[in-house]
Amino acid sequence: MTRALSVAALLAALAAASPALAETPKDTVVMAKNIDDLISLDPAEAYEFSGIEVDTNVYDRLIRYEAEDLTKMVGGVAESWTVSADGHTITLKLRPGQSFQSGAPVTAADAAFSLQRVVILDKSPGFLLSQLGWTKDNVAGMVRALDASTLQLTVPEKFAPSLVLSLLSSIVGSVVEQKVAMAHEAAGDMGNGWLKAHSAGSGAFRLLSWKPNESVTMEANPKYRLGAPGIHRVVIRHVPEPSSQRLLLEKGDVDIARDLTPDQITALAGDPAIITQALPSTDIWYLAMNQSEEHLKNPKVREALKYLIDYKGMADSFLKGRMSPHETFLPNGFFGALDYQPFKLDVAKAKSLLAEAGYPNGFDITLTSFSSSPGQDIAQSLQQTLGQAGVKVNLIPVEQKQLYTIYRGRKHQLALLYWGPDYLDPHTNADGFAYNPDNSDTATHRVLAWRNNWFIPEISKQVAAAAQELDTAKREAEYHDLQKRVTDTGPYAFMFQTLSPVGTRKGVNGFVVGISSDLVYYRKITK
Amino acid sequence: MMPTWLGRAARLVGSVLLTFLGLTIVTFVIGRVIPIDPVLAVVGDHAPAEVYDRARLAMGIDLPIPVQYWRYLVNVLHGQFGTSVITSQPVLDDLLRVFPATFELSALSLLIGVAAGIPMGVVAATKRGRWQDQLVRFGSLLGYSTPVFWLGLIGLLVFYAKLGWVSGPGRLDVGFEDIVDPVTGMITVDSLLAGQYDVFFNALHHLVLPASILGLYSLAYVARMTRSFMLGQLQQEYILAGLAKGLSPTRVVWVHALGNIRVQLITVVALTFGSLLEGAVLTETVFAWPGLGLYLKNSLFNADMNAVLGGTVLIGVIYIGLNLISDLLYPLVDPRVRRAR
Repeated sequence: MTRALSVAALLAALAAASPALAETPKDTVVMAKNIDDLISLDPAEAYEFSGIEVDTNVYDRLIRYEAEDLTKMVGGVAESWTVSADGHTITLKLRPGQSFQSGAPVTAADAAFSLQRVVILDKSPGFLLSQLGWTKDNVAGMVRALDASTLQLTVPEKFAPSLVLSLLSSIVGSVVEQKVAMAHEAAGDMGNGWLKAHSAGSGAFRLLSWKPNESVTMEANPKYRLGAPGIHRVVIRHVPEPSSQRLLLEKGDVDIARDLTPDQITALAGDPAIITQALPSTDIWYLAMNQSEEHLKNPKVREALKYLIDYKGMADSFLKGRMSPHETFLPNGFFGALDYQPFKLDVAKAKSLLAEAGYPNGFDITLTSFSSSPGQDIAQSLQQTLGQAGVKVNLIPVEQKQLYTIYRGRKHQLALLYWGPDYLDPHTNADGFAYNPDNSDTATHRVLAWRNNWFIPEISKQVAAAAQELDTAKREAEYHDLQKRVTDTGPYAFMFQTLSPVGTRKGVNGFVVGISSDLVYYRKITK
Repeated sequence: MMPTWLGRAARLVGSVLLTFLGLTIVTFVIGRVIPIDPVLAVVGDHAPAEVYDRARLAMGIDLPIPVQYWRYLVNVLHGQFGTSVITSQPVLDDLLRVFPATFELSALSLLIGVAAGIPMGVVAATKRGRWQDQLVRFGSLLGYSTPVFWLGLIGLLVFYAKLGWVSGPGRLDVGFEDIVDPVTGMITVDSLLAGQYDVFFNALHHLVLPASILGLYSLAYVARMTRSFMLGQLQQEYILAGLAKGLSPTRVVWVHALGNIRVQLITVVALTFGSLLEGAVLTETVFAWPGLGLYLKNSLFNADMNAVLGGTVLIGVIYIGLNLISDLLYPLVDPRVRRAR
């Protein structure tokens, strides 16, 4: 017993004596975030939300959107660019006087190396550039440094210049210092192994360390092109549990929390020391209808189902602060986005459509969805409202990876999922939702339209044409038309666009969170 | 003498190998029959079809499961657990990196559990049926049946958020990070080695709450088992004889009776340590503790089967090792076992 007492006494003494820091250091901003998706910080490989976000702040890109105006594409490493009349040649002029974190000047040779590297390594984001027609064998000729400050790109495929520029503003447009990367090359990996956890860029921050499942630490680059960042150090701490994030934020042990749940946001609203926001994000939640299912083949049934969803009811109740109603395939904030919401809950209309389709008493169907919240909550609401018109929904809740397996295998009837764009151009979602010229099992393009057996040679042509349209205004009109067609007749009931909740301690200002990971900026943070 | 020793060693090695084989087979087969496409974990849901097909071929998924298992086993025996999808590091490197954090946590938990659990069990047994006994039994039931996840959150709310007695999730405050170079990977030990006492106290401050929560788990088990072992001893005649001889009751209970249950207690403690590793999965999630538990949880959720297999094999090997150690300890602490062998 005495032993136990002495241990207890020791612990109590520790609690009293130990130096607990009430606040984070003044020159450091600490962010709590779930970073378990981070697998690499090499910009030729990073393709997950957390990795892209960190690299947005560590590497400068040829072209980018800046924190000062998230809607305008501007020059980054490149100052200006010209596109040849046929759209096949793009010449970029680099900004003078830029330097890498090592102190070496940023040259067109580094930029060319960076783009070539993405194509040669061919990691997850490699397709962003290889779809332009660049291959391991031809990229050296297609991407060339004409002199120290001029980069010339040849695009063999016919692609709209605005789409090519969008691709250059994505993660693969990050400029890596050739000398540093190659100094750490091992077994012909062009420095990939080393760059997973080190940086060689010219961005606002320098990567100090990445400890998987623990933390990412960055240090300000005082020589950054747009001036030194407002904060010296940024530490992202891996905190997987939202409740723990909330406690850390309340106690002031972190300055920013990134994965708060809507009810936590509501609870924190009364705390004068914390500012909460729900900012638009780019994921689109939708109900998928497999066209191999007999009932769902019928356009009237598809239309009826779209009238059997309580969009507003869900958004105003359990999805409040987490999602907002949205009925097209492009998220708000995208070039070409459209405010178009033709459907609302209308049971009478749905019933008459079902009667016209030959199912006056409804039918039985399965709905596969995530077993976790909010997927399960949405699925239950769908079950309830579809039931009002006699459509009896049998819910099949499964793990996320299992749902993707079923979906990719085209083995669902109804499925509830979400989709996020790969880069900031409407083509990424158009290609996903509305491109399926070959519905065979061996098709080379097996994205969402294929997964739902929606065989659409004609709409696919329109998607390809929109990607190649040189006139930007015409291109925008094409996407408006495509979105209406897909929303009206497609095998998807688009429901919501997600919001990302951010909680910040009062006094911490300037954190800029745009709609995608490519648009999250740390450099303007002050405290 | 020699042949007995040899026979024992052979039996031990044989049982260790069999357990190891069984463990890997079960884990491997479960990993392959779950309705999740392992290629997805590698390439992600957005990967183009040709990348997917290439990865599938490279992973050898199309081979029969026994062939895949054989390949895996051969690699494991060469010390190669494959590469983790999530961290893109060799699984063995990952395990070596995350294990010290878990070891540090569970070692302190065990210390708390044993230091408090054994006396509690003894007291409960000697005061059988009285309020002390009821309290310990109720406490153990609570510790045993309360979800550690919930307990962790409540603990954080009370001791961190409200009272401010301990530090929050994570292993160190940000201001103390990267001061001490990792030697053992256990921050408390490393900081003492480096003479950085501030870091040591900060680490301890972070460690106390998760270790106590996890420790409650082992405390409950240890206390319950100690109580029932002691009850068995206290009914023996030698207790009466000791008391009759004029020994103080305290001495009879704490020295003679407790001394006689050493062997059983060693087994209990060894098993407790094993189950602490399991309990760590949820505790580490709540406390953002970058150890084996968090690593396994992430790997499972991402269907990263190499990592899951590697982690499971590691835990299995530790279990086997603990059993081995407790086996070897018996003769040291109990002369009767020595003679019997």
